[in-house]
Amino acid sequence: MADPIQVDLEKCTGCGLCVKACPFDAVTVVDKKAAIDERCVLCSACVQACPTEAIRIERREVKVDLSAYRDVWVFAEVGEGCAKGVSFELLGKASELAKELKQQVCAVLLGHEVRRYADILAENGAGRVFVAEHELLARYNTDLYSTVISGLIMKHRPNIVLFPATKLGRDLAPRVAATVGLGLTADCTGLSIHDGMLLQTRPAFGGNIMADILCPHTRPQMATVRPNVMPKPVPRRGMKAGIVDVPVKIDQKSIRVHVKEQVKTCAVGGKKIEESDVVVAGGRAACEGDGFEVLQKLADELNGVVGASRVAIDMNRKPKSVQVGQSGITVSPKLYVVCGVSGAIQHTVGMRGSKLVVAVNTDPGATIFEFSQYGIVGDLFQVIPALTAEIRKRKGR
Amino acid sequence: MRIAVCVKQVPDTTEVKVDPRTGTLIREGVPSIINPFDQYAVEEAVRLRDAAGGGEIVAISMGPPQARSVLIHSLALGADRGILLSDRGFAGADTWATALTLALAIKKAGEFDLVLCGMQAIDGDTAQVGPELAQLLGIPQITCVDKVDLDGKKVVARKLVDEGFEVLEAKMPVLLTFMTPSDFVPSNPPFSKISKAQKKPLETWGIKEVDGDPEKLGLKGSFTTVTKVYSPPRREKAVMLEGSPEEIARKLADILGKEGFF
Repeated sequence: MADPIQVDLEKCTGCGLCVKACPFDAVTVVDKKAAIDERCVLCSACVQACPTEAIRIERREVKVDLSAYRDVWVFAEVGEGCAKGVSFELLGKASELAKELKQQVCAVLLGHEVRRYADILAENGAGRVFVAEHELLARYNTDLYSTVISGLIMKHRPNIVLFPATKLGRDLAPRVAATVGLGLTADCTGLSIHDGMLLQTRPAFGGNIMADILCPHTRPQMATVRPNVMPKPVPRRGMKAGIVDVPVKIDQKSIRVHVKEQVKTCAVGGKKIEESDVVVAGGRAACEGDGFEVLQKLADELNGVVGASRVAIDMNRKPKSVQVGQSGITVSPKLYVVCGVSGAIQHTVGMRGSKLVVAVNTDPGATIFEFSQYGIVGDLFQVIPALTAEIRKRKGR
Repeated sequence: MRIAVCVKQVPDTTEVKVDPRTGTLIREGVPSIINPFDQYAVEEAVRLRDAAGGGEIVAISMGPPQARSVLIHSLALGADRGILLSDRGFAGADTWATALTLALAIKKAGEFDLVLCGMQAIDGDTAQVGPELAQLLGIPQITCVDKVDLDGKKVVARKLVDEGFEVLEAKMPVLLTFMTPSDFVPSNPPFSKISKAQKKPLETWGIKEVDGDPEKLGLKGSFTTVTKVYSPPRREKAVMLEGSPEEIARKLADILGKEGFF
């Protein structure tokens, strides 16, 4: 079989821009011509970089009627007694996309006695809400949820389906994608309409590169979307959605994975770190003395929560549920105050989506300052209490 | 007990540096490693096989010929047999086409009680291949597992969820994807084990060997297409706030107040 990537040796000038562009080290210049080896994953970085259009990738061309697929769907994840905040973020983005496509926004709501959430989904942009209620859906189960949603997709043929890139969404969405036999783009941080198609933007390589992805030949176009990236819409009070009741035929026998125990480790009565607008995080330096209490006081003033880098979990200072980074969770709050963290990629990969980053570190050369808008070379035990006191003063207490 | 474990060779993203002038990735000198979550999956496979009183662990990797080294590493960690899925026709695969290729290979390699994967690869971070593979194999999945044990013909796995964790139970065959626990220290096999690993069976399979349809694999079989790869917009250099802690606190409070944080 011919290799799908080909270099036109007549057009190639051997300039080497493709060599620099390749993230996989797969291009070399041999005898003044580009040569591509088997490390190539056909990412197309070289195609874009080539000034003479000498590199081509042969793609599958399929012509199918895609116009039968309409509307933008959002899987509305339900948390403790409410639809989760991320569901509203997705509805906000879906409204934007639907407006451009002149199509409708639909929410997909699964659970037990969840119909009461339909109004709040409507107020946040859903024109229609598919409600699938069953007592076996009260608790998330991969097989059951995937079966119900796949059935809906095959029956109603949406154009776009968005899932939250939460742990639940990332367990469910690929199972659905494989059930209906379609493509899925993970953990998108940007979505827009480009030539009538959904242009999906996501980070890769630990956030070191961005990729734009299309799903050109099949529908629906499906993606998981990172929480805390899309703004929440302004709710339109009193809006109502058309309710579509979804008949659910499932039974105990189709449950293949059984829950033996559930343990909630996120702060009791507190906000979850992924959903918080403000995160105050500590690293090694915060493990000294009462470092994390110092951070907690600031977090309390800012209505935020405390996060930690891995070292604090290893030292048993903070629970795993608040670990930010590669083996922990990804946060993208409006404000990330980071104290005593050097800035290794294992940590920064979990926080680089934050909007405003303030770093405090005693080492002026710390990498964390490269990820921050504001930096303070100093001791968190001096800077943070002073800041907490100043904020209290300004609040008039 | 037969266990299939999927491993991927990845660039060590912790070593990837960005050229401060051009904003592009510097790949030179970046080592290729086994995906850290996959390393944990292999070590857990070895532990589970031994706990079950023996069996066979087949380590499977899809990638260029160089990916052989992660299979050797897996064999040195204790896997019994390696299969390298390497064919230009596999290149450019999205998660669907990757899962399909792995599913074909696993079916070809026989019946398995467990299929283990890392939760995600550190270069792509999609976490999609595991669940897609489970669906294609028609078996249940438990994702984001950090601890697992056997109970007769069942597995009991601790799964991290958004709210905390759950202990789940499933009859085998089942697919698990692993997250590394915070106390996990990857083993580094000694030279003696690496040289023994060289003698273990390691085959290379292409499209023909997995009975694949070239139109359905690799780039041609992919539904999603990368249209552009670029450096993320670079942040301006941090503005350094100076002065006494009180002066700094006032400056910071000005900024945070203006942004409406209190």
